[in-house]
Amino acid sequence: MMASSYNAKDEDGHITVSGPGGGTLKNKKPDNTAFKQQRLPAWQPILTAGTVLPAFFIIGLIFIPIGIGLYVTSNNIKELEIDYTGVDMSSPCFNCSQNFSWNSTRPCTCTIPFYLEQAFESNVFMYYGLSNFYQNHRRYVKSRDDSQLNGDIEALLNPSKECEPYARNENKPIAPCGAIANSMFNDTLELFYIDPNGTKIQIPLMKKGIAWWTDKHVKFRNPGGNNPNLTAVFQGTTKPVNWRKPVYELDTDSENNGFINEDFIVWMRTAALPTFRKLYRIIQKKNSMIPTLPRGNYTLEVVYNYPVGSFEGRKRMILSTISWMGGKNPFLGIAYITVGSICFFLGVVLLIIHHKYGNRNNSADITN
Amino acid sequence: MFRKRPPPEEERRVRANDREYNEKFQYASNCIMTSKYNIITFLPVNLFEQFQEVANTYFLFLLILQLIPQISSLSWFTTIVPLALVLSITAVKDATDDYFRHKSDNQVNNRQSQVLIRGSLQNEKWMNVRVGDIIKLENNQFVAADLLLLSSTEPHGLCYIETAELDGETNMKVRQSVSVTSELGDPNNLATFDGEVVCEPPNNKLDRFCGTLYWRDSKYGLTNQNMLLRGCVLRNTEACYGLVIFAGPDTKLMQNSGRTKFKRTSIDRLMNTLVLWIFGFLVCMGVILAVGNAVWEREVGSLFQSYLPWDPPVDNFLFSAFLSFWSYVIILNTVVPISLYVSVEVIRLGHSYFINWDRQMFCSQFNTAAEARTTTLNEELGQVEYIFSDKTGTLTQNIMSFNKCSINGQAYGEVTDPLEPPPKRLDFTPFNPLADPDFCFYDDTLLESVKVGDLHTHEFFRLLSLCHTVMSEEKSEGELVYKAQSPDEGALVTAARNFGFVFRSRTPGTITITEMGRPVTYTLLAILDFNNIRKRMSVIVRNPEGRIRLYCKGADTLLFERLHPCNQELMNITSDHLNEYAADGLRTLALAYRDLSEEEWEAWSESHRCAGKATDCREDRLAAAYEQIEQDMMLLGATAIEDKLQEGVPETIAILSLANIKIWVLTGDKQETAVNIGYSCKMLTDDMTEVFIISGHTVQSVRQELRRARERMIEVSRGRDGGKEGGVEGWEGACYNGNGFGGGQAGATGGGGGGEKQLQCPPPPGTPPPPPPPSPPPPLPPLPPQPPSTLMDNISGEFALVINGHSLAHALEADMEAEFVLTACACKAVICCRVTPLQKALVVELIKKHKKAVTLAIGDGANDVSMIKSAHIGVGISGQEGIQAVLASDYSFSQFRFLQRLLLVHGRWSYLRMCRFLCYFFYKNFAFTMVHFWFGFFCGFSAQTVYDQYFITLYNIVYTSLPVLAMGIFDQDVPEQRSLEYPKLYEPGQLNLLFNKREFFICIAQGIYTSVVLFFVPYAVLSDATQSTGEPLADYQTFAVTTATALVIVVSVQIALDTGFWTVINHVFVWGSLGCYFTIMFAMHSQTLFIIFPNQFHFVGSAQSTLLQPVVWLTIALATVICIVPVLAFRFLKLDLKPQLSDTVRYTQLVRQKKRKPVGRSMGGVRGGVGSVSEGRLGARGSSRRSGYAFAHQEGFGELITSGKNMRLSSLALATFASRHSSSWIDTLRKKKHAHTHTPPSASGECSPAPSYVSGSVPPLSTSSSVLGGSQDTPVEEGTHTPPVQSAQVDPVPSTHTPPPSAPASEAACVDVVSPTSVRCPGGDSPGGWTLSLGMVQEALFGWKGIAARTSGSSSPGPPSVAKETSNTE
Repeated sequence: MMASSYNAKDEDGHITVSGPGGGTLKNKKPDNTAFKQQRLPAWQPILTAGTVLPAFFIIGLIFIPIGIGLYVTSNNIKELEIDYTGVDMSSPCFNCSQNFSWNSTRPCTCTIPFYLEQAFESNVFMYYGLSNFYQNHRRYVKSRDDSQLNGDIEALLNPSKECEPYARNENKPIAPCGAIANSMFNDTLELFYIDPNGTKIQIPLMKKGIAWWTDKHVKFRNPGGNNPNLTAVFQGTTKPVNWRKPVYELDTDSENNGFINEDFIVWMRTAALPTFRKLYRIIQKKNSMIPTLPRGNYTLEVVYNYPVGSFEGRKRMILSTISWMGGKNPFLGIAYITVGSICFFLGVVLLIIHHKYGNRNNSADITN
Repeated sequence: MFRKRPPPEEERRVRANDREYNEKFQYASNCIMTSKYNIITFLPVNLFEQFQEVANTYFLFLLILQLIPQISSLSWFTTIVPLALVLSITAVKDATDDYFRHKSDNQVNNRQSQVLIRGSLQNEKWMNVRVGDIIKLENNQFVAADLLLLSSTEPHGLCYIETAELDGETNMKVRQSVSVTSELGDPNNLATFDGEVVCEPPNNKLDRFCGTLYWRDSKYGLTNQNMLLRGCVLRNTEACYGLVIFAGPDTKLMQNSGRTKFKRTSIDRLMNTLVLWIFGFLVCMGVILAVGNAVWEREVGSLFQSYLPWDPPVDNFLFSAFLSFWSYVIILNTVVPISLYVSVEVIRLGHSYFINWDRQMFCSQFNTAAEARTTTLNEELGQVEYIFSDKTGTLTQNIMSFNKCSINGQAYGEVTDPLEPPPKRLDFTPFNPLADPDFCFYDDTLLESVKVGDLHTHEFFRLLSLCHTVMSEEKSEGELVYKAQSPDEGALVTAARNFGFVFRSRTPGTITITEMGRPVTYTLLAILDFNNIRKRMSVIVRNPEGRIRLYCKGADTLLFERLHPCNQELMNITSDHLNEYAADGLRTLALAYRDLSEEEWEAWSESHRCAGKATDCREDRLAAAYEQIEQDMMLLGATAIEDKLQEGVPETIAILSLANIKIWVLTGDKQETAVNIGYSCKMLTDDMTEVFIISGHTVQSVRQELRRARERMIEVSRGRDGGKEGGVEGWEGACYNGNGFGGGQAGATGGGGGGEKQLQCPPPPGTPPPPPPPSPPPPLPPLPPQPPSTLMDNISGEFALVINGHSLAHALEADMEAEFVLTACACKAVICCRVTPLQKALVVELIKKHKKAVTLAIGDGANDVSMIKSAHIGVGISGQEGIQAVLASDYSFSQFRFLQRLLLVHGRWSYLRMCRFLCYFFYKNFAFTMVHFWFGFFCGFSAQTVYDQYFITLYNIVYTSLPVLAMGIFDQDVPEQRSLEYPKLYEPGQLNLLFNKREFFICIAQGIYTSVVLFFVPYAVLSDATQSTGEPLADYQTFAVTTATALVIVVSVQIALDTGFWTVINHVFVWGSLGCYFTIMFAMHSQTLFIIFPNQFHFVGSAQSTLLQPVVWLTIALATVICIVPVLAFRFLKLDLKPQLSDTVRYTQLVRQKKRKPVGRSMGGVRGGVGSVSEGRLGARGSSRRSGYAFAHQEGFGELITSGKNMRLSSLALATFASRHSSSWIDTLRKKKHAHTHTPPSASGECSPAPSYVSGSVPPLSTSSSVLGGSQDTPVEEGTHTPPVQSAQVDPVPSTHTPPPSAPASEAACVDVVSPTSVRCPGGDSPGGWTLSLGMVQEALFGWKGIAARTSGSSSPGPPSVAKETSNTE
């Protein structure tokens, strides 16, 4: 069965010049090119004390100042975080969290007072944060239909099966389909400043400009082009199961309604980790004289629609200012300082080792 | 291929001219099929074969898994694209290979042969020849199948064949038909021939055939002597007829060709093991994550169902965990990416091309470049430990030339001064019109002496022209062609011819020669033929004056015993000359004559006749008769024939053995020849402690001989241990504490081991008597078979083993194997002679079985095929006549010396590159894949990938493949010249140091570390970070882009660190890959693509928004530094504290380049050292004297001649002699050689103009520069020449003899310096001075410490500098 590899042709004992007509003896000497002879000019770096040790010192010297800069910057950022899940009995939202039912028509509202010890100077960003919420679960992540969200009529009426089991409800296609959209965060947060004289001033919250530009303008589009009549466009579809109102009633502003509603877009950009925050509103600085959020008493009013108790999730409201490097992030600075120091230290240690035990000096003498 | 095999044959019955009868037995036809597929079966069979590869099946399985939506965590295209690529590449390659096999099969099967069908000769294709057919062969045709010779045009049914393709022997062989059939003669009679042959079933024994012919109610025994085997060529015979006995696959040639074995390299095997381990690891990870999934789904997932319900088929957490397991198997499969196998193949292909392109392995003489015929074995070339070499055609050129002679105490033929331009070749034509124009000789004193009419010289050449069994043909007047049975004889007779004693013709009773232009006819009274025991032959002739004289030539040892006592003085002088010749590796013969009186002759002739007629013990009686007459002879002189070595053989062997490679010679030649060649190529030296010869004929005797050899070794090395005086032979004074030495170099045996041992236990200087402390307890009783192998491994001293074919047969038996291996592997050199092709393979298999070492077999003939196939690596010598060895080989080139370059340069690099490639490859894939594992803990073990799926698809194919490929193909640690200079650099490969399980775990650990960093640094940074516009950075897509970018950058930095040789290509690939990554990422994340396929490109805009963030870049920089800094620190420490030899060499190179100072000493030292290795041969004159009488000689030709059997009737008539046979075999041979090789035939004894050899520009045995190959460093060249000059100055004694033409004066000088000592102690105990220098070279290269002290006392100029250099290098 096994093929013998004996090649009979060569019984001849002649070197047959392969190929028909190849009778002439041409010179088969390989070309004398640097490439074929493996003599390409090459840089041959070697890890010597002369290159490695300076590298360590340089890394150290670069990293430490950066780290300090980052640390200082991060420390200058002001951040306030309020957990309003309402797990504790004492929490104002305890009732809301306990008595939640999807069917209740009357929204449950709770008010959380807090005191701002330092004024927030520049633009203030308001986030909502969720914990233990697995937006990065594989089945969750894929449960969307980007064609539908991009305004494709076909997909609007026939959502991808990735959206299952939130593709259809009562035989009507769900718009927007999928688990992500279905679980959209729908608490409403409002912020009031309590004047020293007791008046409650609502702080204006900007709800536009919180999504990525590409998301808002490229990725998400309402079906039917620029047809302002979204109700007609979404005709024949039904709202996601958990939603209280259909997608075309998310906002009154036509620039922020339907699929291009920015709260919706922000939600649809799934988080990488189970604890995450998402930008909710922006509090714009009005003029340079008054801080955006002066120091004082505030209340946060929450329309508590979003249940997280079932899976022991937590909900937070975060207020934060921002620097050139983004929000508060002490880790980066500390990490830079640490790594820089370690490099520097390693450099010193290696230098000592090299001087005491290194072999290089001897072998360098080969040439002398 | 799918032909059903008939049951094994018990015996074969063949009836001539009776196809119907023979059909019954279903014998194989003469059709040969080596191809595997045809058009229809190709696809299924090929796919079937490919899916037998575990890897392919595995990926197919993954592909199927990915089609299940609940499991699929990746799109199907991430697997199918690479898989399809791999499958189709392999399929195309297989198809091409098979196409060529088809072509060659067709060509052979369609060859024409003349078949006797129904009484007439018809042309038939080879494939249609059937068993039982009678076919006609013509001169120079190949035998189509195994034939029973029926009749021939030559008298007595003789015919001549050349079996070079079969067993590698180039001398002609005679076959004779059974007498009854030889009378049949012409086709008409043959057509009626209906004899039946009953014979043995097909087998692979080339030298045996046993059968019976039944014809006309009589039985005739058949032997191998009646058979013409496929693969032979009919020579010198007009035509012959034969009956086909075995056809096609049953022929002995095909039976001997063995099965194709798929060769795998040890790296391959290791890789497969590792891949299996990785699979195991993968399953473990899968299980861990699945358990995690189960826990998570139960604890969290079930509660989270309001937002994320379970998929419909999933109803509990266990099922979910089960699915999750498979999902993780899919996403983690990239730890063993399919591109691994493809990349490995590509790298090997690249290396193969470099071998093909190497100009330094190109032989302009044959116009052949080296060729890597198998592209899958390259890195194994860097790990070879045993080389099995054929002799004829591999080590030697199979050209004999008459080189020197000693006549009446006067030596001729030595070129006086090698530094002067070589003297002109003598021109014989004016003196002798019959001279052979191709004959070369340089010493005109000999010619003068002939012209002057020196009686001794005349008698000398008369003897050469009379005493032989050569046949001559004279096609036209003066155009003589000799048909010598052995090339030696041809060379001698040709020499005599040129010096004026031209052998013209012979009849059974006369020999006609032309003596100095005068024709003389001698009456040939008797030929006292050659045989192995006699080692001499004589003729008794009566000259025209009626004087009877016996001429004898033979082995000096035997001849000198039979000389007349008055020759004593001449014998001593001649003996000295013989020793010189023998030391030069020349084959020597002593010549003598004896005058016989008429009475003596009568008396003897009577006794001879009686002996000849005796029925019992005829041989013995004849021998006794011969013995009786060959007495009291007068010595004439001696001849020296050079069996020309291939260029550079001794140097290559020296270098290879410095690289710790053991070389075994396996040859079909006789013991004497083999030993002789062993000496001339420096495998054996007179300095060797002992050469054991195993030639027992029974199991017991072989066993005994092997044991005795081993006892002796242990004895000797023990003796040495005790009796060593500090330093001098210390390097050999090995200690038994072999287990004690560390440094990863334990287990090194042989010379290298000796060097290392030295460093462990330096002999205490100044205290001569006490043995080194760790020596073993004093003498054990003679060892029973218990010598533990460790003991044997540490045998010191240089031993060699010569074993004969028949002994080898016993030694290879199952119960002897171990014993044989134990003995043989303790020897520095092993020579197996008289071995059959199959035995060669068995020896190789034996070593493969008992030693975990890589073997390489090199050979040129068909007889080497089996060995070439069974060795890990087979090398064929191309450019010679045969091509079968080349076809069976994995590598081919035309000169043995290219082997050093193949192994030390290409092999070493290949190994290094492959190892670095594998390390990096595993590293990068672990770094890439393990991130998913960590992410699993944060995404509910849901098998969510960290990266974009396109990134996963392209990571291995595009983003990281090319830089590592470039490294795998182009990397060099040290330049090529250095690896030839420091053969020790080869050692890491043999010891498997660069890629083994330990290295693998280090890579894996590094990969896992990197993955941890790559996941947790972005995790820590990004979880809180926001963009400068306030949007959080912790979204999945940003995280994916950040991690992926950090990964690509980290692995790119790592490859930059790993790459030691940055060519333009490396730069392009490394930077190009990075560029590619960003380009592709931006393209994938672009709006254009998204608008077209919104469902496929989810990541729109991520790249832009992410990579614009300074935080992201800070994160990437941080991760990169954390990943790379520890690696950098470790590597630096390793280099600084424990540098490898290659590091040191590399560093030295760098410093040298920087300083640009002429520094040649290090190389000079090494070169000088190596030089002294080759000089060593001229050193100690041991007692061994190697006589080369008629080495390729066969017994029995004398009888043929005297019986006149082999003379054509017509050729007895001198007149018609010349006109017959326009094309004799020599003629065709010559034509062929001219056409293909441009070398004149060897048989006629012409001198071959192997150019460099003759011109003396590169004397192959002498200068070390040729050892080390063309180095381009100028300082190096300076260093090269110093040692010889110095040694010449040291020489205090003017040489009495002139050095041989191939050796420079310095060598001879060295000899004189050293020889006194060595001659004084010829016993095995002291290895003599040259061992010392060899030892020091080895030490210099191997050892690292404590040498200077010992070497300082040496008189040799080379080694001290070596020592200095070495101690500096530390």
